[in-house]
Amino acid sequence: MREQSTKKGELDLPVSLRYKETKRQKTGVFFRRKVGWLFVIISIIAISIFNFYPMVQAFLLSFQSGMGANLEYVGFDNWQRLFGDPTFIAALTNTSIYLLIQVPLMIVLALFFSVLLNDPKLKFKGFFRIAIFLPCVTSLVAYSVVFKYLFGIDGIINQFLLNFGFISQTINFLADPFWAKVVIILAITWRWTGYNMIFYLAALQNVDKSIYEAARIDGANSIQQFFQITVPMLKPIILFTSITSTIGTLQIFDEIVNITNGGPGNATISISQYIYNLSFEYTPDFGYASTVSYVIVILVVILSIIQFRVAGEKK
Amino acid sequence: MKKLQRIFIYTFLSLAAIVSIFPFLWMLVSITNKSVDVTQGRLLPGTHLIENMKTLFATVDIVPALINSAIIAIITTILTLLLASLAGYGFEIHRSRGKDIVFTILLLSMMIPFAAIMVPLYRMFGSISDTAPFIGIDSLGAVILPTATTAFFIFFFRQNTKMFPKDLVEAGRIDGLSEIGVFFRIYMPTMKTTYAAAAIISFMNSWNNYLWPLVILQSPEKRTIPLLISNLGSSYSPDYGVIMSAIVIATLPTALVFFLMQKHFVAGMMGSVKG
Repeated sequence: MREQSTKKGELDLPVSLRYKETKRQKTGVFFRRKVGWLFVIISIIAISIFNFYPMVQAFLLSFQSGMGANLEYVGFDNWQRLFGDPTFIAALTNTSIYLLIQVPLMIVLALFFSVLLNDPKLKFKGFFRIAIFLPCVTSLVAYSVVFKYLFGIDGIINQFLLNFGFISQTINFLADPFWAKVVIILAITWRWTGYNMIFYLAALQNVDKSIYEAARIDGANSIQQFFQITVPMLKPIILFTSITSTIGTLQIFDEIVNITNGGPGNATISISQYIYNLSFEYTPDFGYASTVSYVIVILVVILSIIQFRVAGEKK
Repeated sequence: MKKLQRIFIYTFLSLAAIVSIFPFLWMLVSITNKSVDVTQGRLLPGTHLIENMKTLFATVDIVPALINSAIIAIITTILTLLLASLAGYGFEIHRSRGKDIVFTILLLSMMIPFAAIMVPLYRMFGSISDTAPFIGIDSLGAVILPTATTAFFIFFFRQNTKMFPKDLVEAGRIDGLSEIGVFFRIYMPTMKTTYAAAAIISFMNSWNNYLWPLVILQSPEKRTIPLLISNLGSSYSPDYGVIMSAIVIATLPTALVFFLMQKHFVAGMMGSVKG
């Protein structure tokens, strides 16, 4: 009955008025939607011009070759050249080594630190946290130069190792293909561990303490607690940090250029540095450089998908 | 057993703290010593600080580099905050299906490695160098433009806008504010902390950026701080005291920002994941 009466009430309105009302409302909503686009349009245009358009350009360039501005289409020649190019293979191998050793090492260390620092009974917590995070305030170039000097042949690390009898003669870290890679990995780990630790610390604060309490009553030791509770609880954030770290390490450039400049030989050269060298150091070959750069794109996509899959499966 | 575990934890954390801090201490000690003392591994403060600073300012063009870096970082930060907050607000408050799709596409750009687009970008700026030299190759404008809009900051603002009370938007409309008015008069003042956090991250990114300025800048007087330090670091007969002084000066702004605004700093990092 009631419904009917309201309906009736509505119907009582003069048709012209009803029409006006809805029209006004409609134009209001319509206008608001249009204004909504105004807020986002500049960013859409800018990102299209400075990110998506260059991506398309790079893809087209990867099928061209020539010096400087004289480019012509050569089909898949560049892509074939990749497999027989020793510098590219060195760059790809080195980048993979950095990725496979440095990212897991850093994530495990960061997790470990965050669990230790999350202990409410720990003293000097604030000091430890700031100390471990401090490397993040340095610029990549600045800390790279500092590391280069620290590990130099007359650097402080060599003197320390000599004085304490760990080695009998100085090691020329940066001139040795193995040690140079070790220095790079140590440097990146030094710079970024604290950064990742902060993410884990924040996530740990949201973990309900009673879960650990229950686990302790059930007789789980701290190692079991770590693997059975902490790691599963932090999985989303571990996924996030491993994806950002993977993308970062795949693109590594600043450290390589400023610590070893790719040397000795090409023992530490990374893919990004090779792209830079192909474009701006050697006789510029923008086409081939773009082909190499698409290898990074493909790797980023593949590795991100794998990481999502792995994280999804364990659920 | 418990006690052993305690000892292990404190030793481990102390070791980590020493490793983290040592390079900083070494930098600070080195700027007070002569180059010879630095190479001999001296770890005590010396008396050569003023001498090192004098040599630095006399022989290295650090002041122009600082000015260039500051100009670039400040303009980039202002542009980033304005454009990214407008977009983040638009995507969240004026939500629609179409915009959600566009937003997802924009997020994909975060996966684009910079090395992959640097050559086309270089060619793009090269092609406009003659008609618009202020944004052509070797201009500060060209350093700023590609870095001023990134999907990361749009995402960051959108995430934070989720916590912005939507009633305020409605209240503003009822008070007769235009849609743009609501943004500038109500949203911006309410979201101060979000802006602060974004400003810190943006400023640091820009101040420390190396690869793109290296590609696009050519003349020595346009050099930014990271380019200058990289240059000093690769010299054949380095004066360690002087180089370390330059590095300390370059690190000071970001270190200061960190110590003064630790809370915003961490909030800025977290803003990218929460929600």
